[in-house]
Amino acid sequence: MVDTIVFLVAAAICLTGAVGVILARNPVHSALMLVMTLFGIAVQFVSQEAHFLAAVQVIVYAGAIVVLFLFVIMLLGVDTAQNLEIGILPAQKWAALCFGVGSLALTGYIIMAVDNPVTGRTGLSGAIDDTANVRLLARSLFSNYVYAFELTSLLLVIAVIGAVVLARKPAKELPDEAGR
Amino acid sequence: MTGDPLFRDGVDLVDIGIMGLKVVVAFGFLLVATMFMVWFERKLISDMQNRIGPNVAGPWGLLQTFADGVKFFFKEDLRPENADPLVFRLAPYVSAVTAFLSFAIVPVGGVFKDVPGDTGTVNIFGRETFLQVADPPIGILLLLAMSSIAVYGIMLAGWSSGSKYPLIGSVRASAQAISYEAALGMSVVAVVILAGTLSTHDIVARQAGGLNTWFLVTSGVVPFIVFLIAATAELNRPPFDLVEAEQELVGGFHTEYSSIRFALFFLAEFMNVITMSAIMVTLFFGGPAGPIFFGLTWFWPTIWFMSKVMVFLFIFVWFRATLPRLRYDQLMDLGWKVLIPLSLFWLMFISLKELRASNDWNWVATYGAAAGGLLLGGTLLVTALRAGDRAYQKDSEDA
Repeated sequence: MVDTIVFLVAAAICLTGAVGVILARNPVHSALMLVMTLFGIAVQFVSQEAHFLAAVQVIVYAGAIVVLFLFVIMLLGVDTAQNLEIGILPAQKWAALCFGVGSLALTGYIIMAVDNPVTGRTGLSGAIDDTANVRLLARSLFSNYVYAFELTSLLLVIAVIGAVVLARKPAKELPDEAGR
Repeated sequence: MTGDPLFRDGVDLVDIGIMGLKVVVAFGFLLVATMFMVWFERKLISDMQNRIGPNVAGPWGLLQTFADGVKFFFKEDLRPENADPLVFRLAPYVSAVTAFLSFAIVPVGGVFKDVPGDTGTVNIFGRETFLQVADPPIGILLLLAMSSIAVYGIMLAGWSSGSKYPLIGSVRASAQAISYEAALGMSVVAVVILAGTLSTHDIVARQAGGLNTWFLVTSGVVPFIVFLIAATAELNRPPFDLVEAEQELVGGFHTEYSSIRFALFFLAEFMNVITMSAIMVTLFFGGPAGPIFFGLTWFWPTIWFMSKVMVFLFIFVWFRATLPRLRYDQLMDLGWKVLIPLSLFWLMFISLKELRASNDWNWVATYGAAAGGLLLGGTLLVTALRAGDRAYQKDSEDA
């Protein structure tokens, strides 16, 4: 009973936020709506007793990633409503529509194809034991999924190095630019 | 056994009543404490600067903050023309609410013993319960979550004002908060590794027993120092108050705010000072631990807790009176090149120590291998840095 109410409220928050991200005219408002969605998902995690995931959801996604989004929006000064017709690829709208409908259809198909989408089983980090949340997650990350985990961190390192290389121009080009 | 014993056998109306009482008492206590903290800071800093300070409202100016609060309520609420109306109104509440929430996980009293089972409980209306508003399984992570949400308050306030100084202030604030959060988090993790739990209540229980079991000692002081510096930066307190450097930014992110909205930012700032002091006491100084002399046994721990917090409140004011503000590049260098590598190194050291103890590895082999790895890694790092320097110099010479 309580679970259902919590689920419905959190789901409503998630969906309102998600729709808001698309509909808001101002990029900063969109980012804030995204935070709302992330909070809704964190509540869902808590109601599944995956407390650690909920905390990480708030710390990493809401606390770091969206802050970074806002940072970029504010620094680049794109924080005003923009005309959507300028600077888009020729078939971008239609492609977006196709992808949207396609992924919706896929989700619908999966729900239909599985006899009972609600298995009642708890997730990997779910309520197996009160304290085991973190321990269990760490065990699987550093044993069964260690290659995936390490490859992901390698990807992030590559992204950081790439960003630094792209952002830092070689010193010899600098006088040219200054003289122009 | 984890979690508050109050909820272990179902929840009834009495439990809800106790919970409500705890929330109201904590809220009221924090508000009053903030009020006196503002007075304490003004009075103490006056003493340190050879001034008198507030002395008109009430005895020794005790009611000065109260008078200021009343004044804020009755002032006109201004909103700049360029401001984003919704976000401008939202930002102060984000700051204030996150400041309130992080205090909820601090155990403020109770006699703790380092034994399994329930410890540090008190009896209210015939129910056993902890003297803290909440003891969630994620415990100390709530502090990190709240401090990362608090960034929004400052950031949105600066942006939504539609004015340049607040914007610069808020960009500085978020860069600073993100930089120091890593060091803050890693010194917390050092404590969590030693305690083997995230719950603040259990962290305090692990420190019960005496001075030598406090995590200040067992973690080797370094995490505490890193935490103290990073917390000062997180709080935007001097010497890290570039966010509201009045000589360059007028007032920083809250320049355009007036009346009660400004008061909310002010309140949140001082409340965060109290919360951070309380968290430091909880993590490193055994929380409410201390000798119990006579009379009421539940009374002494709370007194000890408050006196320890007072020491940190004094230290924060002392910092402000003593230390000049850092330059922006010094701030970033300290965060990224000193605190993060130091806390990372110390974290690895503590993990190794714990691992060796739990697996009963050989002393010499463990630390020998670690020193060898450190030497190899250090050499590689120095070589890489030198190569980078050479390439950079060659580039500049060519140009």
